[in-house]
Amino acid sequence: MLGSPFDLWKDDESCGEYLTRQGVSRRQFLSLCGRVAAVLGCGGLILGNQTEALAKEIADKLSGARRPVVVWLQLQECTGCMESALRSGDRTLESLILSMISLEYNELLMAPSGEQAEAALGKAIEQPHLLVVNGSIPLRDKGVYCVIGGETAESLLRRAAKNASAVLAVGACAHYGCIQAAHPDPTGAVGVADIIKDRQVVNLPGCPPIGEVITATLLYYLVYGHMPQVDYDGRPLFAYGQRIHDKCPRRAHYDAGQFVVSFDDDNARKGYCLYKMGCKGPATFAPCPVIEWNLGCSFPIKAGHPCLGCTERNFFDQMTPFYKRLPGLDVPGVGVELTANRIGGAAVGASLAGVAVHSAATVLRKHQSRKEEPETLPLAALGEAEITGQDNDTAKQDNKTTKSKW
Amino acid sequence: MATQRIVIDPITRIEGHLRIELETDGGMIGNAWACTTQFRGIEKILQGRDPRDAWAFVQRICGVCTAVHAMASVRAVEDALKYPVPRAAELIRALMMEMGTIQDHVIHFYHLHAMDWVDVLSALKADPVQTARLAGSLSDWPTNSVTHFSAVRKKLQESVAGGQFSIFSNGYWGHPEYKLPPEANLMAVAHYLEALEWQRDVIRLQTVFGGKNPHPNFLVGGMACSINMDNQMTINQVSLAQLEGMIQRARDFVEKVYYPDMMVIASFYKEYADIGLSTPNLMAVGEAGYSCAGAPAGQLKAGIVTDSDITNMSPFDLRKIAEFITSSWYAYPDGDNAGHHPWQGVTTPRYTGPTPPYRYLSDDNKYTWCKAPRYDGKPLQVGPNARLLVAYAQGHTDTVKLLDDSLRQLGMKPSQLNSTLGRTLGRSLETLLIARRMTETFKTLVEGIKQRDVSTFNSELWDPDSWPKSAQGVGFVEDARGTLSHWVQIENRKIVRYECVVPSTWNSSGRDSQGQMGPYEHALAGNGRHPLFDSKRPLEVLRTIHSFDPCQSCAVHLTDLRGTPVGEVIAR
Repeated sequence: MLGSPFDLWKDDESCGEYLTRQGVSRRQFLSLCGRVAAVLGCGGLILGNQTEALAKEIADKLSGARRPVVVWLQLQECTGCMESALRSGDRTLESLILSMISLEYNELLMAPSGEQAEAALGKAIEQPHLLVVNGSIPLRDKGVYCVIGGETAESLLRRAAKNASAVLAVGACAHYGCIQAAHPDPTGAVGVADIIKDRQVVNLPGCPPIGEVITATLLYYLVYGHMPQVDYDGRPLFAYGQRIHDKCPRRAHYDAGQFVVSFDDDNARKGYCLYKMGCKGPATFAPCPVIEWNLGCSFPIKAGHPCLGCTERNFFDQMTPFYKRLPGLDVPGVGVELTANRIGGAAVGASLAGVAVHSAATVLRKHQSRKEEPETLPLAALGEAEITGQDNDTAKQDNKTTKSKW
Repeated sequence: MATQRIVIDPITRIEGHLRIELETDGGMIGNAWACTTQFRGIEKILQGRDPRDAWAFVQRICGVCTAVHAMASVRAVEDALKYPVPRAAELIRALMMEMGTIQDHVIHFYHLHAMDWVDVLSALKADPVQTARLAGSLSDWPTNSVTHFSAVRKKLQESVAGGQFSIFSNGYWGHPEYKLPPEANLMAVAHYLEALEWQRDVIRLQTVFGGKNPHPNFLVGGMACSINMDNQMTINQVSLAQLEGMIQRARDFVEKVYYPDMMVIASFYKEYADIGLSTPNLMAVGEAGYSCAGAPAGQLKAGIVTDSDITNMSPFDLRKIAEFITSSWYAYPDGDNAGHHPWQGVTTPRYTGPTPPYRYLSDDNKYTWCKAPRYDGKPLQVGPNARLLVAYAQGHTDTVKLLDDSLRQLGMKPSQLNSTLGRTLGRSLETLLIARRMTETFKTLVEGIKQRDVSTFNSELWDPDSWPKSAQGVGFVEDARGTLSHWVQIENRKIVRYECVVPSTWNSSGRDSQGQMGPYEHALAGNGRHPLFDSKRPLEVLRTIHSFDPCQSCAVHLTDLRGTPVGEVIAR
């Protein structure tokens, strides 16, 4: 009764969808299930309308049972990542939850608490599932700084990851510990990949990541059956492949040497570049200027505030003070700064061209260094410091947390 | 019947990690312990940082009430530096606080709390025609239609077909305590989904001004978003039109969906106006969304309502706040029974609980990471119900009118705002008040722009060289969950002390040195009349705990001064 033998059951299709595509009616399907039920019920234990009920149950299970199971943990964190996921437009989180995945465990959204919640978790993690994690794992002092259901975050994570077919670390906390891991790191917070080392962990950094980046990564996995291509630090290229600075709507002002020098000054009111106000866009790989935030509404630089660099590792230590300009570019007489000042004062066409060339070279150099020397990251963009030959505290590498994962 | 020991952990549909331990006898709760089981140490991390950066750090205390900690921090630093802020920036901040609170309240009601009152699976049995009739009798909200409710029911049917229940797995569906008819359940499920769409639209107000949400940007000395009606990259007419739309849509949803839904649901659960009576003293420093640097001084006087009695209000005195650690895993140099004012706050974590995995925490005197703030030695409730009572006590016209009208419809007294239903109902009432007020705030901003009052930042004290050698300040915010205060001390341009006294710390605190329970505990076990019939399905407890809108990442914080060792652990 099926169609072409070459028209196979697709990975992302439920049994019911496949049969419908093959022209099998619900009635035919029920009849098949009725025969299955009768077989199961042979020996006279299941009779009459009980067989019918069983047939219906089998039909229901078969036709819908292929929505992938998702377990979404929230460990040591602020729930901002979950909130951000809820802000995603188009393919919204609720559309995924109601039709594409079965979100069997998530503390923010799930109906039951306590025992029933734990039971849901226990059942879900026995099966193959996609594991999504928000939050860091505090390791200090036997893990007493984050305990859920009487169990440490570390133990819970290990248990949940055991049968996971893929692991997605959402947000800066799950990436490396974020605010908790900022100096002096009181609780010994680490990221998911510091615990789960036997398989790929895909990282979606950001504090929080843009909602669409979270849902798109889930969709990518659901549609293609594998995780998206990632960089050296497990970050999907579709989101983290390019620098904010290179896609910034204020970039032309940077190139032209037009800078805001005090918040809400005349230059701010003209939409000039925020580099001198401490913008970390030149050192930050993130899709903010491209996707923008909250249904494409705006993003920090567009709204007049410097980028904090929140998608880069250890930004609370490496990118602070937030209002201090990135090192390496600010030494009079060297590099962009001087050129920029000169242009700002005189607006000479030739210099303008010079800055443009310099900027292009910077980008090129940056991308080369990213590709060839992943171990020099996370702040690959701070390679700009090398270009101007300046020492750069911000670029100091933390060997513990920046080693390449694959 | 013998006393039964019950543990509910995790409490879901909250922010953060909360565990409730109970003793019940004959279906009633005899004793309760609220245990916050997460600790992050953010205030310790602030030590030695630039005070102008502090807002970004403390904002990460919470991503649900995002923006409010940033606001309180900026206020505290401005208070310390005596830093005046331009009027337009104040109005922008007010709009961000107002929209944040509205959105937060709606999300709390539909997405975190509603499943305590709404039986989702019962909605499958609803008749869409009857549902449309019910909804149509409440408001003229455009999707209150047969077509829409049929589509929602179908979506729900498809979603649970095949036995995969997603987030609804293992819910307490069919529990006899669910009282709504299927049609009301279907209406609520439909609005659950619509509220998700709505919130992602209206919260963009924070994105227009702050560049993103969660965690929008703030600025000591004003706001970074310049206003220039003749530039592409600034707040201009396009932005104002967007904002106006969002503000209108926010108000429409609250007036036509949230408030009417709340009133209907409340009418089926009136017995909860007598359940969950908590700490009888309630505090507020202003209206919802209100923020200030230094001492509260808004239209409404800050005050404490005693014994839930609106004729009994005393003025707020910030010197009367003290934090206790009797039941928390910290050590004070002057012992476990001492109380410390935020300016003298000391926090040395000292975990003395069992090594995880553990069964019970309440066997010990210390059982939580949450400190116990007390006012004049007494526990206080903070939150929407506290704000409404404080405003009502002062005869605030809009509050009195709405409260009288709504409570009369439900046959409740103002003092019953101190109950499980009262806290939940109060949240919707104040959302309505803010939604209306926000229209006025926006008008004032636009009027100012017309008068060329467009300055959003005061550069006068931006340079740390202009600061005094040492300074201290406090910032207050009436955020979604109650009275928030941040306390900062600055020396040589760096933070030396930072303390947050947070709404959920007030509400979820454990016992103090006098043995007085915190408000969550009191609501569950204060009078021995809180029901819990089925310990496997503790629906009644969730109703009461969720009525406080717990935010446990907020509740627990650590101030550490001058290098006290962190993390002394005595695990057994």
